Amino acid sequence: MRSRFQHGLEELKEKLLRMGGLAEQSIDLVTEAYRTRDAKFCQMVFTNENEINQAEREIDELALDLLAMQQPMAVDLRFILAVVKINADLERVGDQAVNIAQRVLDLISEPEVELPVDIPRMAASVTTMVQRALESFLDGKAEIAESVLQMDGIVDRMKDEAFVVLVQRMINEPYTARAALNVLLIARNLERIADHATNIAEDVIFWVRGADVRHGGAHYRA
Amino acid sequence: MGVGIEVRGLNAWYGNNLALKSIDMTVPANHVTAVIGPSGCGKSTFVRCLNRMHETIPEAHAEGEVKVGDIEVYGDGTDPVEVRRRIGMVFQKPNPFPTMSIYDNVAAGLRLNGFRNRKQLDELVERSLKLAALWDEVKDELHKQSGASLSGGQQQRLCIARSLAVEPEVLLMDEPASALDPISTSKIEELIFQLKQHYTVVIVTHNMQQAARVAEFTGFFLMGSLIEYDKTEKIFTTPADKRTEDYITGRFG
Repeated sequence: MRSRFQHGLEELKEKLLRMGGLAEQSIDLVTEAYRTRDAKFCQMVFTNENEINQAEREIDELALDLLAMQQPMAVDLRFILAVVKINADLERVGDQAVNIAQRVLDLISEPEVELPVDIPRMAASVTTMVQRALESFLDGKAEIAESVLQMDGIVDRMKDEAFVVLVQRMINEPYTARAALNVLLIARNLERIADHATNIAEDVIFWVRGADVRHGGAHYRA
Repeated sequence: MGVGIEVRGLNAWYGNNLALKSIDMTVPANHVTAVIGPSGCGKSTFVRCLNRMHETIPEAHAEGEVKVGDIEVYGDGTDPVEVRRRIGMVFQKPNPFPTMSIYDNVAAGLRLNGFRNRKQLDELVERSLKLAALWDEVKDELHKQSGASLSGGQQQRLCIARSLAVEPEVLLMDEPASALDPISTSKIEELIFQLKQHYTVVIVTHNMQQAARVAEFTGFFLMGSLIEYDKTEKIFTTPADKRTEDYITGRFG
Protein backbone atom coordinates (compact mmCIF):
# COMPACT_ATOMS: atom_id res chain seq x y z
CA MET A 1 0.00 0.00 0.00
CA ARG A 2 1.14 3.51 -0.76
CA SER A 3 0.07 4.98 2.57
CA ARG A 4 1.34 8.50 1.95
CA PHE A 5 -0.52 8.61 -1.34
CA GLN A 6 -3.67 7.14 0.18
CA HIS A 7 -3.47 9.76 2.91
CA GLY A 8 -3.21 12.47 0.25
CA LEU A 9 -6.30 11.14 -1.54
CA GLU A 10 -8.23 11.11 1.74
CA GLU A 11 -7.16 14.67 2.45
CA LEU A 12 -8.31 15.73 -0.99
CA LYS A 13 -11.69 14.12 -0.40
CA GLU A 14 -12.12 15.74 3.01
CA LYS A 15 -11.21 19.18 1.70
CA LEU A 16 -13.62 18.88 -1.19
CA LEU A 17 -16.44 17.69 1.06
CA ARG A 18 -15.82 20.58 3.44
CA MET A 19 -15.95 22.98 0.50
CA GLY A 20 -19.13 21.24 -0.69
CA GLY A 21 -20.62 21.82 2.76
CA LEU A 22 -19.89 25.54 2.47
CA ALA A 23 -21.45 25.73 -0.99
CA GLU A 24 -24.52 23.88 0.24
CA GLN A 25 -24.77 26.19 3.22
CA SER A 26 -24.61 29.21 0.91
CA ILE A 27 -27.67 27.95 -0.96
CA ASP A 28 -29.50 27.52 2.34
CA LEU A 29 -28.49 31.01 3.42
CA VAL A 30 -29.73 32.74 0.28
CA THR A 31 -32.97 30.80 0.50
CA GLU A 32 -33.36 31.98 4.06
CA ALA A 33 -32.48 35.55 3.05
CA TYR A 34 -35.13 35.42 0.33
CA ARG A 35 -37.74 33.95 2.65
CA THR A 36 -37.14 36.28 5.58
CA ARG A 37 -35.94 39.34 3.63
CA ASP A 38 -33.08 39.58 6.11
CA ALA A 39 -29.80 40.99 4.75
CA LYS A 40 -27.66 39.36 7.42
CA PHE A 41 -27.95 35.99 5.64
CA CYS A 42 -26.60 37.61 2.48
CA GLN A 43 -23.56 38.85 4.40
CA MET A 44 -22.94 35.29 5.58
CA VAL A 45 -22.93 34.16 1.93
CA PHE A 46 -20.26 36.74 1.11
CA THR A 47 -18.14 35.44 3.98
CA ASN A 48 -18.62 31.86 2.80
CA GLU A 49 -17.53 32.88 -0.67
CA ASN A 50 -14.07 33.86 0.57
CA GLU A 51 -13.66 30.52 2.28
CA ILE A 52 -14.84 28.66 -0.81
CA ASN A 53 -12.33 30.50 -2.98
CA GLN A 54 -9.56 29.70 -0.54
CA ALA A 55 -10.61 26.03 -0.51
CA GLU A 56 -10.61 25.96 -4.31
CA ARG A 57 -7.00 27.07 -4.41
CA GLU A 58 -5.92 24.56 -1.75
CA ILE A 59 -7.66 21.67 -3.49
CA ASP A 60 -6.13 22.47 -6.87
CA GLU A 61 -2.72 22.75 -5.27
CA LEU A 62 -3.01 19.42 -3.48
CA ALA A 63 -4.34 17.72 -6.62
CA LEU A 64 -1.43 19.12 -8.62
CA ASP A 65 1.06 17.89 -6.02
CA LEU A 66 -0.42 14.39 -6.04
CA LEU A 67 -0.36 14.26 -9.83
CA ALA A 68 3.23 15.46 -9.97
CA MET A 69 4.64 13.39 -7.14
CA GLN A 70 2.59 10.21 -7.07
CA GLN A 71 1.83 9.64 -10.76
CA PRO A 72 -1.60 8.17 -10.03
CA MET A 73 -3.13 5.60 -12.35
CA ALA A 74 -6.56 4.20 -13.16
CA VAL A 75 -9.18 4.78 -10.43
CA ASP A 76 -6.87 7.15 -8.54
CA LEU A 77 -6.17 9.19 -11.64
CA ARG A 78 -9.89 9.35 -12.42
CA PHE A 79 -10.56 10.38 -8.82
CA ILE A 80 -8.12 13.27 -8.91
CA LEU A 81 -9.39 14.42 -12.29
CA ALA A 82 -12.95 14.29 -10.93
CA VAL A 83 -11.92 16.27 -7.84
CA VAL A 84 -10.35 19.00 -9.95
CA LYS A 85 -13.52 19.33 -12.00
CA ILE A 86 -15.89 19.13 -9.03
CA ASN A 87 -13.76 21.75 -7.33
CA ALA A 88 -14.42 24.17 -10.20
CA ASP A 89 -18.15 23.38 -10.12
CA LEU A 90 -18.42 23.97 -6.37
CA GLU A 91 -16.64 27.27 -6.73
CA ARG A 92 -19.20 28.26 -9.35
CA VAL A 93 -22.01 27.18 -7.00
CA GLY A 94 -20.55 29.63 -4.49
CA ASP A 95 -20.51 32.35 -7.16
CA GLN A 96 -24.13 31.68 -8.06
CA ALA A 97 -25.10 31.92 -4.39
CA VAL A 98 -23.38 35.31 -4.26
CA ASN A 99 -25.33 36.40 -7.36
CA ILE A 100 -28.56 35.35 -5.67
CA ALA A 101 -27.59 37.20 -2.48
CA GLN A 102 -27.09 40.38 -4.51
CA ARG A 103 -30.52 39.95 -6.12
CA VAL A 104 -32.07 39.40 -2.70
CA LEU A 105 -30.42 42.58 -1.39
CA ASP A 106 -31.94 44.47 -4.28
CA LEU A 107 -35.33 42.85 -3.68
CA ILE A 108 -35.46 43.78 -0.03
CA SER A 109 -34.42 47.36 -0.75
CA GLU A 110 -37.87 47.78 -2.32
CA PRO A 111 -41.36 47.10 -0.95
CA GLU A 112 -42.35 43.44 -1.14
CA VAL A 113 -44.23 42.33 -4.26
CA GLU A 114 -46.22 39.09 -4.32
CA LEU A 115 -45.05 36.98 -7.23
CA PRO A 116 -46.44 33.58 -8.29
CA VAL A 117 -43.08 31.79 -8.17
CA ASP A 118 -42.07 29.46 -5.37
CA ILE A 119 -38.35 30.14 -5.06
CA PRO A 120 -37.93 28.23 -1.75
CA ARG A 121 -39.41 25.11 -3.39
CA MET A 122 -37.06 25.42 -6.33
CA ALA A 123 -34.15 26.04 -3.95
CA ALA A 124 -35.09 22.91 -1.99
CA SER A 125 -34.87 20.80 -5.15
CA VAL A 126 -31.54 22.34 -6.05
CA THR A 127 -30.21 21.77 -2.53
CA THR A 128 -31.26 18.13 -2.72
CA MET A 129 -29.36 17.78 -5.97
CA VAL A 130 -26.20 19.28 -4.51
CA GLN A 131 -26.55 17.16 -1.35
CA ARG A 132 -26.97 13.97 -3.32
CA ALA A 133 -24.13 14.82 -5.66
CA LEU A 134 -21.87 15.30 -2.64
CA GLU A 135 -23.20 12.15 -1.01
CA SER A 136 -22.42 10.15 -4.14
CA PHE A 137 -18.92 11.62 -4.03
CA LEU A 138 -18.51 10.78 -0.34
CA ASP A 139 -19.32 7.11 -0.80
CA GLY A 140 -18.34 6.67 -4.45
CA LYS A 141 -21.94 5.67 -5.23
CA ALA A 142 -22.71 6.05 -8.92
CA GLU A 143 -26.40 5.12 -8.37
CA ILE A 144 -26.93 8.18 -6.19
CA ALA A 145 -25.18 10.29 -8.81
CA GLU A 146 -27.59 8.93 -11.42
CA SER A 147 -30.56 10.12 -9.38
CA VAL A 148 -29.11 13.64 -9.52
CA LEU A 149 -29.03 13.54 -13.31
CA GLN A 150 -32.70 12.66 -13.35
CA MET A 151 -33.59 15.68 -11.20
CA ASP A 152 -32.01 18.23 -13.50
CA GLY A 153 -34.99 18.25 -15.85
CA ILE A 154 -37.37 19.08 -13.00
CA VAL A 155 -35.41 22.19 -12.04
CA ASP A 156 -35.15 23.21 -15.70
CA ARG A 157 -38.93 23.07 -15.97
CA MET A 158 -39.36 25.13 -12.78
CA LYS A 159 -37.14 27.82 -14.27
CA ASP A 160 -39.03 27.76 -17.59
CA GLU A 161 -42.36 28.09 -15.78
CA ALA A 162 -41.03 30.96 -13.66
CA PHE A 163 -39.86 32.67 -16.83
CA VAL A 164 -43.31 32.46 -18.41
CA VAL A 165 -45.25 33.75 -15.42
CA LEU A 166 -42.77 36.47 -14.53
CA VAL A 167 -42.59 37.88 -18.05
CA GLN A 168 -46.37 37.90 -18.14
CA ARG A 169 -46.46 39.74 -14.83
CA MET A 170 -43.94 42.31 -16.07
CA ILE A 171 -46.13 42.96 -19.13
CA ASN A 172 -49.35 43.19 -17.16
CA GLU A 173 -48.01 45.10 -14.18
CA PRO A 174 -44.88 46.98 -15.20
CA TYR A 175 -44.35 48.37 -11.70
CA THR A 176 -43.43 44.82 -10.61
CA ALA A 177 -40.70 44.60 -13.24
CA ARG A 178 -37.78 45.21 -10.92
CA ALA A 179 -38.85 42.56 -8.42
CA ALA A 180 -39.90 40.15 -11.16
CA LEU A 181 -36.56 40.54 -12.90
CA ASN A 182 -34.72 39.88 -9.64
CA VAL A 183 -36.74 36.72 -9.04
CA LEU A 184 -36.23 35.64 -12.63
CA LEU A 185 -32.48 35.99 -12.22
CA ILE A 186 -32.62 34.07 -8.94
CA ALA A 187 -34.49 31.26 -10.70
CA ARG A 188 -31.84 31.26 -13.40
CA ASN A 189 -29.02 31.18 -10.84
CA LEU A 190 -30.70 28.26 -9.09
CA GLU A 191 -31.02 26.43 -12.39
CA ARG A 192 -27.31 27.01 -12.99
CA ILE A 193 -26.52 25.51 -9.59
CA ALA A 194 -28.54 22.46 -10.60
CA ASP A 195 -26.36 22.23 -13.71
CA HIS A 196 -23.24 22.28 -11.54
CA ALA A 197 -24.74 19.53 -9.35
CA THR A 198 -25.32 17.55 -12.53
CA ASN A 199 -21.70 18.05 -13.58
CA ILE A 200 -20.55 16.86 -10.17
CA ALA A 201 -22.71 13.75 -10.46
CA GLU A 202 -21.28 13.04 -13.91
CA ASP A 203 -17.75 13.38 -12.56
CA VAL A 204 -18.55 10.92 -9.78
CA ILE A 205 -19.82 8.41 -12.34
CA PHE A 206 -16.63 8.90 -14.34
CA TRP A 207 -14.52 8.33 -11.24
CA VAL A 208 -16.39 5.24 -10.09
CA ARG A 209 -17.24 3.55 -13.39
CA GLY A 210 -14.80 5.08 -15.82
CA ALA A 211 -17.76 6.05 -18.01
CA ASP A 212 -18.30 9.43 -19.59
CA VAL A 213 -22.01 10.19 -19.22
CA ARG A 214 -21.86 13.83 -20.26
CA HIS A 215 -24.14 14.99 -23.04
CA GLY A 216 -26.39 11.93 -22.76
CA GLY A 217 -25.59 8.23 -22.99
CA ALA A 218 -22.67 6.42 -21.42
CA HIS A 219 -19.39 6.44 -23.24
CA TYR A 220 -16.96 3.77 -22.14
CA ARG A 221 -13.42 3.74 -23.40
CA ALA A 222 -13.06 1.25 -26.24
CA MET B 1 9.47 -4.34 -41.39
CA GLY B 2 8.14 -5.76 -38.18
CA VAL B 3 5.87 -8.76 -38.04
CA GLY B 4 3.05 -9.67 -35.71
CA ILE B 5 3.27 -12.30 -33.00
CA GLU B 6 0.54 -14.85 -32.27
CA VAL B 7 0.80 -16.76 -29.01
CA ARG B 8 -1.65 -19.59 -28.31
CA GLY B 9 -1.73 -21.85 -25.27
CA LEU B 10 1.83 -21.12 -24.25
CA ASN B 11 3.01 -22.91 -21.12
CA ALA B 12 6.51 -22.64 -19.69
CA TRP B 13 8.20 -24.55 -16.92
CA TYR B 14 11.28 -24.33 -14.74
CA GLY B 15 11.71 -28.00 -13.89
CA ASN B 16 8.29 -28.98 -12.57
CA ASN B 17 7.34 -25.45 -11.77
CA LEU B 18 4.75 -24.05 -14.17
CA ALA B 19 5.78 -20.43 -14.74
CA LEU B 20 3.44 -19.51 -17.60
CA LYS B 21 -0.09 -20.79 -17.80
CA SER B 22 -1.78 -21.08 -21.13
CA ILE B 23 -0.98 -17.66 -22.49
CA ASP B 24 -2.89 -16.36 -25.51
CA MET B 25 -1.74 -13.05 -26.88
CA THR B 26 -1.66 -11.27 -30.21
CA VAL B 27 1.09 -8.70 -30.57
CA PRO B 28 0.52 -6.38 -33.54
CA ALA B 29 3.28 -5.64 -36.00
CA ASN B 30 5.10 -2.31 -35.86
CA HIS B 31 3.74 -1.36 -32.49
CA VAL B 32 5.24 -1.25 -29.04
CA THR B 33 3.69 -3.70 -26.61
CA ALA B 34 4.58 -3.54 -22.92
CA VAL B 35 4.46 -6.45 -20.51
CA ILE B 36 4.05 -5.46 -16.87
CA GLY B 37 3.53 -7.26 -13.59
CA PRO B 38 5.16 -7.87 -10.21
CA SER B 39 8.42 -9.78 -9.80
CA GLY B 40 7.97 -13.45 -10.54
CA CYS B 41 4.77 -12.96 -12.54
CA GLY B 42 6.26 -14.55 -15.65
CA LYS B 43 6.72 -11.46 -17.79
CA SER B 44 10.42 -12.07 -18.51
CA THR B 45 9.78 -15.76 -19.01
CA PHE B 46 7.11 -14.82 -21.52
CA VAL B 47 9.37 -12.70 -23.71
CA ARG B 48 12.17 -15.25 -23.41
CA CYS B 49 9.79 -17.84 -24.80
CA LEU B 50 9.17 -15.70 -27.86
CA ASN B 51 12.71 -16.22 -29.15
CA ARG B 52 13.45 -19.57 -27.49
CA MET B 53 15.80 -18.09 -24.94
CA HIS B 54 13.81 -19.71 -22.15
CA GLU B 55 14.97 -23.21 -23.02
CA THR B 56 18.64 -22.18 -22.68
CA ILE B 57 18.14 -22.32 -18.91
CA PRO B 58 18.80 -25.85 -17.56
CA GLU B 59 15.58 -27.84 -16.97
CA ALA B 60 13.44 -25.08 -18.46
CA HIS B 61 11.10 -25.81 -21.32
CA ALA B 62 8.07 -24.39 -23.06
CA GLU B 63 5.12 -25.75 -25.02
CA GLY B 64 2.49 -24.12 -27.12
CA GLU B 65 2.16 -22.18 -30.28
CA VAL B 66 4.19 -19.06 -30.97
CA LYS B 67 4.06 -17.67 -34.44
CA VAL B 68 6.28 -14.73 -35.27
CA GLY B 69 5.46 -13.57 -38.77
CA ASP B 70 5.65 -16.78 -40.77
CA ILE B 71 7.92 -18.63 -38.33
CA GLU B 72 6.46 -21.33 -36.10
CA VAL B 73 8.83 -20.66 -33.20
CA TYR B 74 8.15 -24.05 -31.59
CA GLY B 75 7.56 -25.87 -34.86
CA ASP B 76 9.36 -29.12 -35.67
CA GLY B 77 12.60 -28.37 -37.43
CA THR B 78 12.63 -24.68 -36.55
CA ASP B 79 16.20 -23.60 -35.87
CA PRO B 80 16.42 -21.66 -32.60
CA VAL B 81 19.44 -19.76 -33.88
CA GLU B 82 17.46 -18.49 -36.86
CA VAL B 83 14.60 -17.58 -34.51
CA ARG B 84 16.96 -15.52 -32.37
CA ARG B 85 18.38 -13.75 -35.41
CA ARG B 86 14.92 -12.65 -36.44
CA ILE B 87 13.89 -11.77 -32.92
CA GLY B 88 16.53 -9.61 -31.28
CA MET B 89 16.83 -9.10 -27.57
CA VAL B 90 18.10 -6.31 -25.33
CA PHE B 91 18.67 -6.94 -21.65
CA GLN B 92 18.45 -4.94 -18.46
CA LYS B 93 22.17 -4.49 -18.03
CA PRO B 94 24.02 -3.27 -21.10
CA ASN B 95 26.33 -6.08 -22.12
CA PRO B 96 28.64 -4.90 -24.89
CA PHE B 97 31.63 -7.09 -25.67
CA PRO B 98 34.08 -5.21 -23.48
CA THR B 99 37.28 -5.74 -25.42
CA MET B 100 35.79 -5.10 -28.85
CA SER B 101 35.66 -1.69 -30.49
CA ILE B 102 32.32 0.02 -31.01
CA TYR B 103 32.42 -1.04 -34.65
CA ASP B 104 33.20 -4.66 -33.86
CA ASN B 105 30.44 -4.80 -31.28
CA VAL B 106 27.86 -3.88 -33.87
CA ALA B 107 29.45 -6.05 -36.58
CA ALA B 108 29.78 -9.11 -34.32
CA GLY B 109 26.41 -10.61 -35.16
CA LEU B 110 26.88 -9.98 -38.85
CA ARG B 111 30.31 -11.62 -38.89
CA LEU B 112 28.85 -14.57 -37.03
CA ASN B 113 26.35 -14.85 -39.84
CA GLY B 114 29.18 -14.97 -42.39
CA PHE B 115 29.29 -11.36 -43.47
CA ARG B 116 32.76 -10.49 -44.79
CA ASN B 117 32.24 -7.68 -47.30
CA ARG B 118 33.83 -4.65 -45.66
CA LYS B 119 31.79 -2.06 -47.52
CA GLN B 120 28.52 -3.78 -46.67
CA LEU B 121 29.62 -4.16 -43.07
CA ASP B 122 30.43 -0.46 -42.89
CA GLU B 123 27.03 0.40 -44.23
CA LEU B 124 25.16 -1.89 -41.88
CA VAL B 125 27.13 -0.71 -38.85
CA GLU B 126 26.41 2.90 -39.72
CA ARG B 127 22.74 2.20 -40.36
CA SER B 128 22.37 0.30 -37.09
CA LEU B 129 24.12 2.97 -35.05
CA LYS B 130 21.94 5.61 -36.67
CA LEU B 131 18.78 3.64 -35.92
CA ALA B 132 19.94 3.30 -32.33
CA ALA B 133 20.50 7.08 -32.17
CA LEU B 134 24.16 6.60 -31.27
CA TRP B 135 25.92 7.36 -34.55
CA ASP B 136 26.51 11.07 -34.00
CA GLU B 137 28.04 10.45 -30.61
CA VAL B 138 30.49 7.74 -31.67
CA LYS B 139 31.13 8.10 -35.41
CA ASP B 140 34.66 9.43 -34.89
CA GLU B 141 35.58 6.78 -32.34
CA LEU B 142 34.27 3.66 -34.03
CA HIS B 143 37.57 1.81 -34.06
CA LYS B 144 39.38 3.68 -31.32
CA GLN B 145 37.04 3.14 -28.41
CA SER B 146 35.88 -0.07 -26.83
CA GLY B 147 32.23 -0.75 -26.10
CA ALA B 148 32.97 -0.69 -22.38
CA SER B 149 34.32 2.87 -22.55
CA LEU B 150 30.86 4.29 -23.29
CA SER B 151 28.41 5.56 -20.69
CA GLY B 152 25.65 3.22 -19.48
CA GLY B 153 23.05 4.81 -21.73
CA GLN B 154 25.38 4.72 -24.72
CA GLN B 155 26.25 1.08 -23.99
CA GLN B 156 22.57 0.21 -24.01
CA ARG B 157 22.07 1.95 -27.35
CA LEU B 158 25.16 0.10 -28.61
CA CYS B 159 23.50 -3.18 -27.61
CA ILE B 160 20.35 -2.09 -29.43
CA ALA B 161 22.47 -1.28 -32.52
CA ARG B 162 24.08 -4.71 -32.23
CA SER B 163 20.63 -6.32 -32.17
CA LEU B 164 19.44 -4.26 -35.12
CA ALA B 165 22.51 -5.02 -37.24
CA VAL B 166 21.30 -8.52 -38.06
CA GLU B 167 18.03 -7.03 -39.26
CA PRO B 168 15.54 -8.67 -36.96
CA GLU B 169 11.80 -8.24 -37.35
CA VAL B 170 11.02 -8.17 -33.66
CA LEU B 171 12.93 -6.54 -30.84
CA LEU B 172 12.42 -7.85 -27.32
CA MET B 173 13.54 -5.60 -24.50
CA ASP B 174 13.76 -6.82 -20.94
CA GLU B 175 13.92 -3.81 -18.62
CA PRO B 176 16.13 -1.94 -21.10
CA ALA B 177 16.29 1.29 -19.10
CA SER B 178 16.10 0.21 -15.49
CA ALA B 179 19.84 0.60 -14.96
CA LEU B 180 19.95 4.03 -16.60
CA ASP B 181 19.60 7.61 -15.39
CA PRO B 182 16.51 9.63 -16.42
CA ILE B 183 18.18 11.34 -19.39
CA SER B 184 19.50 8.08 -20.83
CA THR B 185 16.11 6.53 -20.08
CA SER B 186 14.27 9.17 -22.04
CA LYS B 187 16.69 8.68 -24.95
CA ILE B 188 15.98 4.95 -24.93
CA GLU B 189 12.24 5.60 -24.72
CA GLU B 190 12.38 8.03 -27.61
CA LEU B 191 14.38 5.46 -29.53
CA ILE B 192 11.82 2.73 -28.83
CA PHE B 193 9.14 5.01 -30.18
CA GLN B 194 11.15 5.55 -33.38
CA LEU B 195 12.05 1.88 -33.77
CA LYS B 196 8.48 0.73 -34.12
CA GLN B 197 8.45 2.14 -37.65
CA HIS B 198 10.77 -0.71 -38.61
CA TYR B 199 10.27 -3.34 -35.93
CA THR B 200 7.72 -4.86 -33.63
CA VAL B 201 8.84 -4.08 -30.10
CA VAL B 202 7.93 -5.98 -26.95
CA ILE B 203 9.20 -4.41 -23.75
CA VAL B 204 9.18 -5.84 -20.25
CA THR B 205 9.21 -3.15 -17.62
CA HIS B 206 8.72 -2.69 -13.90
CA ASN B 207 8.19 0.97 -14.51
CA MET B 208 4.53 1.53 -15.24
CA GLN B 209 5.02 5.12 -16.27
CA GLN B 210 7.51 3.85 -18.80
CA ALA B 211 5.00 1.36 -20.17
CA ALA B 212 2.44 4.16 -20.33
CA ARG B 213 4.87 6.42 -22.16
CA VAL B 214 6.21 4.06 -24.78
CA ALA B 215 3.69 1.31 -25.41
CA GLU B 216 0.48 1.28 -27.42
CA PHE B 217 -0.61 -2.04 -25.94
CA THR B 218 0.00 -3.35 -22.46
CA GLY B 219 -0.38 -6.81 -20.97
CA PHE B 220 -0.56 -7.38 -17.22
CA PHE B 221 0.82 -10.68 -15.94
CA LEU B 222 0.21 -12.12 -12.51
CA MET B 223 1.37 -15.50 -11.18
CA GLY B 224 2.04 -16.84 -14.64
CA SER B 225 -1.25 -15.75 -16.17
CA LEU B 226 -2.05 -12.94 -18.56
CA ILE B 227 -4.73 -11.12 -16.59
CA GLU B 228 -5.52 -8.28 -18.93
CA TYR B 229 -4.28 -7.13 -22.30
CA ASP B 230 -5.57 -4.01 -23.97
CA LYS B 231 -4.69 -0.62 -25.36
CA THR B 232 -2.28 1.11 -23.00
CA GLU B 233 -4.59 4.07 -22.38
CA LYS B 234 -7.36 1.69 -21.37
CA ILE B 235 -5.13 -0.28 -19.00
CA PHE B 236 -3.91 2.85 -17.23
CA THR B 237 -7.18 4.77 -17.05
CA THR B 238 -9.98 2.21 -16.86
CA PRO B 239 -8.64 -1.34 -16.48
CA ALA B 240 -11.34 -4.00 -16.63
CA ASP B 241 -9.87 -6.36 -14.05
CA LYS B 242 -9.67 -5.50 -10.35
CA ARG B 243 -6.26 -7.20 -10.09
CA THR B 244 -4.86 -4.95 -12.81
CA GLU B 245 -6.25 -1.92 -11.07
CA ASP B 246 -4.84 -2.98 -7.70
CA TYR B 247 -1.41 -3.45 -9.26
CA ILE B 248 -1.18 -0.24 -11.22
CA THR B 249 -2.57 1.86 -8.38
CA GLY B 250 -0.12 0.28 -5.93
CA ARG B 251 -2.80 -1.32 -3.77
CA PHE B 252 -1.11 -4.69 -3.98
CA GLY B 253 -0.52 -6.68 -0.80
